[in-house]
Amino acid sequence: MGEFEVHRVRFFGLVPAGVRCLACQPRGGRLALARTDGAVEVYNFAANYFQEKVIPGHETRSVEALCWAAGDRLFGAGLSGDITEYDLALLCAARSVDGCGGPIWSMAANSSGTLLAIGCEDGSVKLFQVVPGGIQFERNLDRRKGRILCLSWHPSDTHIAAGSIDFLRVFDVCSGQTVQRIMVNYHVLKVRRECIVWSIAFLSNGTIVTSDSFGRVQFWDWQRGTLMESHTVSTSAVLSLAVSEEEDSIVVGTSTGATYQFQLLPVKMGSLEKRWVRTKPFQHHTHDVRAVAHSSTALISGGLDAQLVIRPLMEKVQKKGYDAALRKFTFPHRRLVSCARKARLLLFQFSQHLELWRLGSTDETGKDGEVLPLCRMPEHLVQLKSKGPEHIYCSCVSPCGSWIAYSTASRFHLYRVQYEGDGVSIKKVPKVPKLLLPAYQLQFSSDSGSLFVASARGSVHVLQLLEPGGCKHLHTFRPPSGSSEAVYLLASSADGHWLAAVGGDWAIHIYDMKCFKVGAGAGGMTPTSLPPWGAGCQWVQRIGPLPVSHCCIPRAGLGMGLWEEMGGGHRWPRLLPSACCPPALQHHSTVPMYNCAVTALAIHPITNNLVIAYSDQQLFEFSIPEKQYTAWSRMVQNCGLHRVWLERDSPITHITFNPKNPSHILLHDTYMFCVLDKSLPLPDNSALLMNQSTLKQLPETARQRQLHAFKICKKFQPLLYADLLDENCLVMVERPIMDIKTQLPLPIQQKKFGT
Amino acid sequence: TFFCFHSDIYFFNICLEDCLSSLWKHILHVSDAVDASSEQIFLWSDTFQLVSVKLTKAAGQDLEAKELSVVLDGVDASPKCIAFGREGEYVASVKEVNLQVFFFKRKQLNRFSVSTVKTKSGNNQFACIACHPTEDCIATGHADGKIRLWRNFYHKKDYTFSTLHWHHDTVMDLAFSMEGTSLLSGGVESVLVLWHNESNCQKDFLPRLGSAIEYISMSSDGTLCCTLHTDNRITIINSNLRFSKSIQGLIKSRDVKTGLVVDPRTKALVLNGEPGHLQFYCLQSDQQLFSLDIVQRQYIHQAGLNQADLVKVAFSAQGKWLATVEEREEVTDPELQLKLWLYDEETQSFKLNTRINMPHEDHITDMCFREMDELEDDSLILVTAGRDCVFKVWVMVEDTDPEGSVSWSCDFVGSYHNYQATNCCFSEDGSLLAVSFEETVTVWDSITWDLKCTFCHPPGKIRNICFGRLTCSKYLIGATDYGFLCCWNLLSCALEWSAHLNVLVLQPDPLSEHIAAVSWLSKESSLFVFKPNEPRPIYIQRNLCKEKIQLAAFVPRDEPETIVSEKYHWLRRSQLFFLTDTQVRNSEVGLTTLLHTPAHVLPSASFLCPIFINSLLISKENKSAEEVADEVEMESEKTEDDSDEERGVTEMEQEDTSAMELLGEMTRKLSKSQEKELRKIRKMDYSWISAF
Repeated sequence: MGEFEVHRVRFFGLVPAGVRCLACQPRGGRLALARTDGAVEVYNFAANYFQEKVIPGHETRSVEALCWAAGDRLFGAGLSGDITEYDLALLCAARSVDGCGGPIWSMAANSSGTLLAIGCEDGSVKLFQVVPGGIQFERNLDRRKGRILCLSWHPSDTHIAAGSIDFLRVFDVCSGQTVQRIMVNYHVLKVRRECIVWSIAFLSNGTIVTSDSFGRVQFWDWQRGTLMESHTVSTSAVLSLAVSEEEDSIVVGTSTGATYQFQLLPVKMGSLEKRWVRTKPFQHHTHDVRAVAHSSTALISGGLDAQLVIRPLMEKVQKKGYDAALRKFTFPHRRLVSCARKARLLLFQFSQHLELWRLGSTDETGKDGEVLPLCRMPEHLVQLKSKGPEHIYCSCVSPCGSWIAYSTASRFHLYRVQYEGDGVSIKKVPKVPKLLLPAYQLQFSSDSGSLFVASARGSVHVLQLLEPGGCKHLHTFRPPSGSSEAVYLLASSADGHWLAAVGGDWAIHIYDMKCFKVGAGAGGMTPTSLPPWGAGCQWVQRIGPLPVSHCCIPRAGLGMGLWEEMGGGHRWPRLLPSACCPPALQHHSTVPMYNCAVTALAIHPITNNLVIAYSDQQLFEFSIPEKQYTAWSRMVQNCGLHRVWLERDSPITHITFNPKNPSHILLHDTYMFCVLDKSLPLPDNSALLMNQSTLKQLPETARQRQLHAFKICKKFQPLLYADLLDENCLVMVERPIMDIKTQLPLPIQQKKFGT
Repeated sequence: TFFCFHSDIYFFNICLEDCLSSLWKHILHVSDAVDASSEQIFLWSDTFQLVSVKLTKAAGQDLEAKELSVVLDGVDASPKCIAFGREGEYVASVKEVNLQVFFFKRKQLNRFSVSTVKTKSGNNQFACIACHPTEDCIATGHADGKIRLWRNFYHKKDYTFSTLHWHHDTVMDLAFSMEGTSLLSGGVESVLVLWHNESNCQKDFLPRLGSAIEYISMSSDGTLCCTLHTDNRITIINSNLRFSKSIQGLIKSRDVKTGLVVDPRTKALVLNGEPGHLQFYCLQSDQQLFSLDIVQRQYIHQAGLNQADLVKVAFSAQGKWLATVEEREEVTDPELQLKLWLYDEETQSFKLNTRINMPHEDHITDMCFREMDELEDDSLILVTAGRDCVFKVWVMVEDTDPEGSVSWSCDFVGSYHNYQATNCCFSEDGSLLAVSFEETVTVWDSITWDLKCTFCHPPGKIRNICFGRLTCSKYLIGATDYGFLCCWNLLSCALEWSAHLNVLVLQPDPLSEHIAAVSWLSKESSLFVFKPNEPRPIYIQRNLCKEKIQLAAFVPRDEPETIVSEKYHWLRRSQLFFLTDTQVRNSEVGLTTLLHTPAHVLPSASFLCPIFINSLLISKENKSAEEVADEVEMESEKTEDDSDEERGVTEMEQEDTSAMELLGEMTRKLSKSQEKELRKIRKMDYSWISAF
């Protein structure tokens, strides 16, 4: 694996916000999640539960309920009383409508996704119609006293069940009247205590399922108003409940952190009589499970301990693979840390502030596994507080450490940092260019001379940084075919020649920056001397050594068809790739589409190969100069990666390289750090993937035989960021779960046997 | 309609084995059978197969086995590990981490397994199984204390289970209520748990049941349930989880360390009872007279704990004094306590007189009192032999306080070449003390504490020693590890005779010259009764039983019997009882009492009849089904065989079967103790049945 001096950083005090609500897209492969800080995230089931989109939170926008309506439109409602629609392409709150009923506790969409019902603090249930471009108030249902904490539509859309304190109500949607009112009491020693119906579900056979603050899951016949079954699952409240689409399984979450599954099972073999039976208990959380969701193959729960747990239902999973893995996500699937390698600085991104730290240093050396004493302690240099209620989208520090940039939903900030001895002065760069905001990703070039800003509609802005503290907008790259999705990942080459950008459509575009700078294209054409161009227009020009007679552009951006004069009156048709086309000179190439989300990418500093990690754990290497996958990448695809590697449940979030060892690729996810040595053979499925500890015990000759390409280290967990500072020095940013737990309120006291 | 009665099964098996022997060679020993429907019976064999046999009723009482088919392979030997589902639709069996369910109609076998990974809460191997009476639900108990309720198990993939967890150790048995609404479970915690509606949160407890629950059974009408405990006790419990009645005979202790001792006062057999207690068990009435708490510490019902237990007991000749030794097994240093108890006439009980901490540095191996009638209390001394290579002599000293009470203190410490002291005993007149030190027997004068002489019969360490009595009081008998029985003459200090016999137990009759020796050779125990003055035994019984006999005791009769047969003359004044260790499934040492007594020396039929009649009456009152066969019962057949062999009377066999038919018809369900009583009766004498 090689020896590294490792800076084990544990001073990133990130406390992820708790999960407040979850919503599965009906008949869709996405899960929307809202956190207690108002952030909304979208996970894609097909892309291995990758966190596809993140809409950062907002101080005043709490989200109490989320729901999908009209296909893929996402709505949220919260205690501010507004219903907000989210724009999933631009990753921001699109528009808000006041519900006019005080704080909104619950929201539900009907099965066709045309109506939204909200439950308000004042006891009213209001219906909103989903129309193109927004929502419209339709009417109020029968209003009674008592806040409506939960809502559920009957699948036929004729009735709504609403849970409140001590009772639940059923509304007729047509008439708007309350047609049933059921008391959900709890009596203990003749004293009535307040019973909160935390969650409710209306099944198609007329059964209403409620979960309440006394740990009960109850099944009611709504027409008779009678209790059919009652299951006490916990001594504390059952906070959340979700039903599968087939209505044969229910998942509930309790305030002790346990989740339980209920299944509708036949009482006897072959008989039609079925009963709800509590089956599997799971204890993955330590705090309140405020939200649960039931996808077709998994039970999903989110808790105030900020964990999203995806527990696959083994019987629904076809083959053992990464679908069958239990996933626990605590940290975002993108980087919150950036590193100034030369200056040895780390920039940490919190929801509303940034922290700049200088790494400690040591002048001692030691053996493997030894902890070296620090001669200089890590130093907290700067804390940058973002003004306003908006949370930070992204941030970056330049490799030299003298520039810091971050963006919120409506503002972009660039700072110049100056180091005078031990002191640090920070100066805001005035008059930053007005860009299309927000920025989704920021990246400085390796010479710290320019800043790339990932923006909406697939565009990437290039800002030139000027001394002593200024910047100017140089250019904007756009994908030739256009895109509606925002760019979420950037990678620039060390020589400043190439820039790769990935948008929400998962297409990877590579832009040539030299070409754009010099303006010299192939065949002596310059962008300035271009004739007017467009679809269908023709012009004749000499390209390269061959005389060209005709040239036509079938469709803007795709490429160029032309006739080569072969002599003797013969002409030969030829299609030039788009990079050669005069109108899109900056766009170099597009990596062939792969049907999965890109989780990390990086350009090799020497070979200019683009290394791409996908959410299904596949790795590709694409040669930018040759515009094709490299031989090694093809070999990997032919042989296939190790089974254990493919079953890993957490996405690779960062890739970097070792300039001294060009065959090494350094990559990490939350639970491991891996040095991928391309010069070694790939492991086959019979070999042990994580073999570092066994290798250590082997004699040298045997070790040589057992070596394979994946050198995995699991010592640092959970790993938020890893980077190479210089050839033998690594920085690892860890955030121990225990440190987060100490920041959380105490969990509910439970008697544990033997303690 | 089936045989919950082990003896019936046994009887049945005889018939079956006859007809099966040609058909199915593998069924060598059919250990148990369970009913599913009236025409089919299921047997499981030593080869771990569950076999179904189709029966047709032929003329008369005979049954014919027609078809044989193997239903399940790899079945655990314990009947707790197999259960029949609702209406006999399926049969389920558990072994280790696997659950198999066989559906009879569909002829489908489904296998499920739990993960073999040992978690920190222990292993999750299956321990027992029960099936819901009306629904397709299987409850399984696990070694880590969890109960799993399986449903949907006719789908290989869509099966599901829920977990109930209260027990901290193995769930020993499970039983569903008759309607299936509640589930009973029990284990080493000695708490019966009633689970309502399969909910983890709704449960009731019946605690303090005395000892670990081994079996749970529900009556067919659902009004009663009964639990069988590891100490051989049955508790009958009302449906509302109220204790109703306890049926208790001899308490089965985990390990009978005290040996079999006879209380001179009550003639009761005294041995380990409940943990830390001494039980006084009356053989005649099969009742516990009383239980004396010796350790006087709370017993924690948890496996794997080292708790203080009673290891040695000795009575003075008149039963006035009782000495007990308790120890707590610690690897580094054992915790020992010697207690002396004085019988209090007022309370009719023993009262603690002296407590001596660490009387020896190491385990106490033997202990005996000397009491000479003529000298009364003054002559009373106690000798303890220890592994710390010394024997100690304890005497009573009068306290200085005005009440004149007495206490015990050490008077003399003797040792011999730094060998471990293993046995000690006094001669009948109390003048000599014999102490064995590994290979050597030393004889000491009990007044001056001089070493008189030594005997040795190499090779082999001395296992047992005893003095001859009455006319044979000049002899000292010793048994060695290498299979020699030696008789030394104390007057000539020479070996009188010796015999090559691997003696496990050497027991002198206190009322006669007879000494019983039980040997163990080629996997059978044999009994030899001899007088020390002649080397030829007066009575030999080979193949007494197939188990090792651990302990034996002569219990004096109230009145000497008149015995006609010369052969059994030695049983005139006392009866011999002995205890075997049984190879139980889970390799614990089981306790078995065998009443090995020829039929003609038993109490009269008039004494036994009421017991039998009572047992019939009780069985109608509480129909507590007891469908488990205990190891104890398995023993009974062997004794039966023995007695047949002994007498060689074929008529008795016939009487035997007729008696059993009678029982089989009249009492389908009998509780354990009733069964036991019946068993005893059956073993003893059947001639009285004709009178009945």
